[in-house]
Amino acid sequence: MKKIILATATLLIAAHAVEAREQIKIVGSSTVYPFSSYTAEALGATTDFKTPVVESTGSGGGMKLFCAGNGMDTPDMTNASRRMKAKEFKKCQKNGVKYITEMVVGYDGIAIAQSKGAQPLNLTRKEMMLAVAAEVPNKEGTALIANPYHYWNEISETLPKRKITIYGPPASSGTRDAFEDMILKGITKKMPVYTDLYKADKVKNKKYKKFHNIRQDGVYVPSGENDNLIVKKLAKDTASLGIFGYSYLVENSDSIAAATIEGVAPSPEAVQNGSYKLSRSLYFYIKQSHIKKVPGMLEYANLFLSEQMVGDDGECADIGLIPLPEAMRDHYRDNLKNLTRMKPSDLKQKH
Amino acid sequence: MNNRVDMDNQTDMNQLTEVTKTASFMNNNKSDRQIKRKRADRRFHWYGFTAIAMALAFLVFFFVDIIGQALPAFDQTEVHVTVNYTKAATKNYNKAVDKSVRRIVSRAWLRSIPQYLEAHPEMIGTSHDEWVPADSRVDQFIKEHDGHGLKSKYQRTVKEMQQENRVRSVFNTTLFTRGDSKLPEYAGIWAAAVGSVFTLLITMLVAVPIGVMTAIYLEEFAADNRFTRLIEVNINNLAAIPSILYGLLGLAIFISFFGVPRSSALAGGLTLALMTLPVIIITTRASLRAVPESIREAAYGLGASNLQTTWHHVLPLAMPGILTGSIIGLAQAMGETAPLIIVGMMAYIPDAPTSILDATTVLPAQVYTWSTESLRGYSERTAAGILVLLTVLLSLNALAVKLRNRAQQTW
Repeated sequence: MKKIILATATLLIAAHAVEAREQIKIVGSSTVYPFSSYTAEALGATTDFKTPVVESTGSGGGMKLFCAGNGMDTPDMTNASRRMKAKEFKKCQKNGVKYITEMVVGYDGIAIAQSKGAQPLNLTRKEMMLAVAAEVPNKEGTALIANPYHYWNEISETLPKRKITIYGPPASSGTRDAFEDMILKGITKKMPVYTDLYKADKVKNKKYKKFHNIRQDGVYVPSGENDNLIVKKLAKDTASLGIFGYSYLVENSDSIAAATIEGVAPSPEAVQNGSYKLSRSLYFYIKQSHIKKVPGMLEYANLFLSEQMVGDDGECADIGLIPLPEAMRDHYRDNLKNLTRMKPSDLKQKH
Repeated sequence: MNNRVDMDNQTDMNQLTEVTKTASFMNNNKSDRQIKRKRADRRFHWYGFTAIAMALAFLVFFFVDIIGQALPAFDQTEVHVTVNYTKAATKNYNKAVDKSVRRIVSRAWLRSIPQYLEAHPEMIGTSHDEWVPADSRVDQFIKEHDGHGLKSKYQRTVKEMQQENRVRSVFNTTLFTRGDSKLPEYAGIWAAAVGSVFTLLITMLVAVPIGVMTAIYLEEFAADNRFTRLIEVNINNLAAIPSILYGLLGLAIFISFFGVPRSSALAGGLTLALMTLPVIIITTRASLRAVPESIREAAYGLGASNLQTTWHHVLPLAMPGILTGSIIGLAQAMGETAPLIIVGMMAYIPDAPTSILDATTVLPAQVYTWSTESLRGYSERTAAGILVLLTVLLSLNALAVKLRNRAQQTW
């Protein structure tokens, strides 16, 4: 038994001394995770490098781990479904993570679609939020009530008298996350009627900070991962809407058409220039101080940015990534080649 | 059984009529109470029976459902294609097969070709007809599962291939020989199983000696005072706290303070050891207590020291009980996921670990990761993972029961 205790103790001390690492460690957004882990596997399968470890911690959690320091126990890269915040950049600088290279791999977008035969529809993000949230402000906007809306014209007089039925992704899917982030959280976190409740009791009313509960009275129908089934339902019930990943809309443009969001129809150009609001850029960040210590980091980044992965017909596009415009892809490849360092002023620019 | 009860009632009634002739109102009332009591008895019997029937029904439903879902995972579809090991294929693996079947064959297999050719340069320039693993979508289409996701133009190709007998189904060895993959047809539980063994070994090496020694100290040596009673109460409480708290503890102590690598078997094993300790201490103390005092006194009477008494007499007699407790504690640790999320073991880690410092995942974490994947191929693999995990846990528990039966001693 003495030996066992001794052995454990030595192991603990040995664990302290780990300096170089053979395996890349990546943390961050669950939205980027499918593409990141796909690339990681491809790197492991086609080269002699060990397959990188990819952990899905959420964008914020990833930044926290990434910016914790330069030690080998911190991750080498972090994925994010939003840009690094100035606050996070400062924290990185404070902890000695000085040189960071920023990469954009593509976009993630969702489309609100209906049957091709239905009347064209234009919605704002707020109207969409009011249609699906579990609790909405009352007419005076003073308090929250259970969602009373069953027809679109009840939400806004400019909308047609159409029954609200929305077929959407179930709770586990990435599309649902994107939908909740961009439509529910994005709108409700700026509405005092929600946030005041949170400020009044931060523990009990935590959900009102970024309210994203979806109504469960049958108006929003979670429809499994089978998008084909939703298309069939949309054809039968032309008043209903469906929520899809953007890539699915493209593949099925013969049977479904997108509703315009704030006047803009989803298209690669609208996604890429940012005018289509239901899309976001996907980032990853490289810790330069680790490049010499962990083998394969640049190879991984190069593979991730290669045409084979994120090109127009790339393998990541197959699993739902919207590619960057070609010029942008070249721009980020140049950044990678020169290991361009991120400056605080970069964070003020809009993509 | 009902008949007998009825008969009893009948006799009661007969007695009742006889008795009423002579007896008072009191006696009549007593018989009424007797009937009521018997009824309550029968009802109680049925409550118990319904409860166990329901529990069994749930269990049967669960097993039938899991096994039904898991079975397809043990079959993997293969397709017969011509593979051209050309010079071009060493650069671009897509060139190795004809364009028409490029999306039919597994991409994981396809991209392994350049490395294969590097290892076997003599193959370059040849071309073979081979059975190769099919893409997961094709696999799901052949198994006729909803949501297979195969595009209709490929569906036609697969149907044609089926007519030409170029599609077959074989036992899915990949499931047991490979680690996680983003392509379902190449995903397996091997890496997670190795990780589970590593993690559990650490847990065992740490929790069992410490737990047993603590119990021996508390039971055989420590004085019964307020301090030891405080420790005792705390240990009992620790056995009942939510396991995720141990994860937070593990993160704070082992990873942040001692610098154990995140996601490693060492970090996970130590965390689970914290969780298992109270269970082992409590069961060990119970089995030490079950050893009769007379045995200790006999040893002391022959001049044995404390150490000799414990080591030569008490511990061997309590050993089966200690083993049972430890095995059950370890089985619980094996099925645990919550604390491991916190120490970073819930991640995409496809390689089996080679040391306890390597990043690794464990079986229940692998099952969870697969259950969140959207591709149809993963849902059957999730069920298969659960099945494997259940088999391991049931065999561990069976071992514990066997040890306990062997150990049943009458003093």
